[in-house]
Amino acid sequence: MGTAVRAKTAPAWHRRRVRIYDREAPLGYLLLAPTLVVLGIFLLYPFLFGIWLSVTDSELGNLGSFIGLDNFRFEWRNTDGVFYTAVVNTFLYTGITTVFKLSLGLIMALLLNQAFPFRRFVRAALLLPYIIPTVLSYEAWRWMFDPTFSVINWLLVNTHLAPYPGPNWLGVPFNAMAALMIVNVWRGTPFYAIAFLAGMQVIPVDLYEAARVDGATRWQQFTNITVPMLRPVLLVVLLLSTILTFADFQGPFVLTNGAPYNSTQLLSIWAYQWGIPGGAISLGAAISLVLFPLLTLVVAGVLFLLRRPE
Amino acid sequence: MAAVARVKVRRPGTGRVIGDRFVGRALRIYLPLLVMLVVTLFPFYWMAITSFKSASELFDFSVSPLWVREPTLDWYRHLFTQTNFPRWAFNTAIVAIASTLISLFCSILAGYSLARLRYRGADTIGWGIFVTYLVPPTLLFLPLTFVIRELHLFNNLWALILTYPTFLIPFCTWMLMGFFKGIPRELEEAALVDGATRIQAMVRIAIPLALPGILAAALFAFTLSWNEFLYALIFMNDSLVKTIPVGVTQELIHGDEFFWGELMAAALLGSVPVAVLYSFFVDYFVAGMTAGAVKG
Repeated sequence: MGTAVRAKTAPAWHRRRVRIYDREAPLGYLLLAPTLVVLGIFLLYPFLFGIWLSVTDSELGNLGSFIGLDNFRFEWRNTDGVFYTAVVNTFLYTGITTVFKLSLGLIMALLLNQAFPFRRFVRAALLLPYIIPTVLSYEAWRWMFDPTFSVINWLLVNTHLAPYPGPNWLGVPFNAMAALMIVNVWRGTPFYAIAFLAGMQVIPVDLYEAARVDGATRWQQFTNITVPMLRPVLLVVLLLSTILTFADFQGPFVLTNGAPYNSTQLLSIWAYQWGIPGGAISLGAAISLVLFPLLTLVVAGVLFLLRRPE
Repeated sequence: MAAVARVKVRRPGTGRVIGDRFVGRALRIYLPLLVMLVVTLFPFYWMAITSFKSASELFDFSVSPLWVREPTLDWYRHLFTQTNFPRWAFNTAIVAIASTLISLFCSILAGYSLARLRYRGADTIGWGIFVTYLVPPTLLFLPLTFVIRELHLFNNLWALILTYPTFLIPFCTWMLMGFFKGIPRELEEAALVDGATRIQAMVRIAIPLALPGILAAALFAFTLSWNEFLYALIFMNDSLVKTIPVGVTQELIHGDEFFWGELMAAALLGSVPVAVLYSFFVDYFVAGMTAGAVKG
């Protein structure tokens, strides 16, 4: 309101500027400029530069020369199958955790959508794993998976769920992969839950009332109203989550770093190991670049699964 | 009958059905919630009690390890006097605040421009920015080392302050576009008719009205930069310029020896600022996390 009153007294020259600024393109681009500069230098340029790096023999601080697809060839042939392990693990890691995060997140959202005492507190507590620095909570998990002093094993043995001394979590390939997935699900589920909860709260109540009048059971209401109405939320959440899980680095790096014997190797960690401690930046770039077409496949898959049924 | 009457006031799908007694509710709601709460919070509990255990108690599983018998602050004392932890905390805060401010500045302007102004290419650029959100840091970190080297920013906090916006800006812009679109166009048009310039309309009307969205974006940006690990791991090698996540994982482990008490003390302290911020603004967090999901 204040603006309106003050604007009435605006001088005539001021009025003319309205028309000038009405042609919105210059201002539009001007406002975009800072964003485009930052993203151009630190995102678009590195991305394109990475593609070039992958076909050279560069090392850190030393731009190499063009060597064609040798890096990719090396990756496939000369790494004792670690490449295949990494690709398979990356897909398993993304696929399996997504199924669990999706279903547990949906259950969590359904529970949080009920009325019960301390609802706000419970919601806040359940979201914590997603907020706390990943690396720090993963350190706690690593301590919980300790080979000799694992509190998880202490609990399992003392409740007679596992024979003494309990599973060796991070030392056996299968267990280590399972551990990685368990912790990822622990951390990622709240994100799904909160997004679903928000989606559920904008579903009109009338739909449920109409269904109830028609005698629909709770399960029918869930499958015929809740699930279809959550489709748009599901699309965005699934897209973001699969991409982030597919390229996940920090969690697996802290927990296993590919050990034991490269059995939990993921493309992201492998690229780091070759590129930074190994110094073969171009090979690392070639490895991480393999992520890109695979990522596109995954994204296309998600979009295809969630296409409108028409 | 009372139950039926109450159904309408409740949220969708949560109404009590007649015959739904306490036992049913307990099995259907309270029990699963309890299990989820225990699983969710146990790692934090374990982190906390570990940090108060003495060195001998830490590895004593003959009695229940789920409790501290003689709490001690030794690990905390050691963390503050014998390591660079205070310095890491300071670095993390500086980087998080600076990159949040830069990202907010860029994304408020960009979000307004893309949501409000009509010009050629706006839609394409908007999609372009969304797509960059789908390019993970894992794909960028190796070529970025060259860029950082070119700019002579290794072991310099500016390397992080400038690279963090690459994943903060797309996210914040996308979120703020949603908030700007929710503000009625008429408010600004009225101001324009009354002789305000477009910039005045933006600064005096649209931005104040989008403040809840800006706060949500700020919280998110701050949390994401506080938690970032990969870029900090690669660009910061000198102990004095490390951030908490990198310092804790790289320097509190000596060879094969894990000082779990100290490590957990550091992890707890490193989580506190985010947790406090979060507990005060849960609703903004939730609004921010879901802005894109629900509106998009």
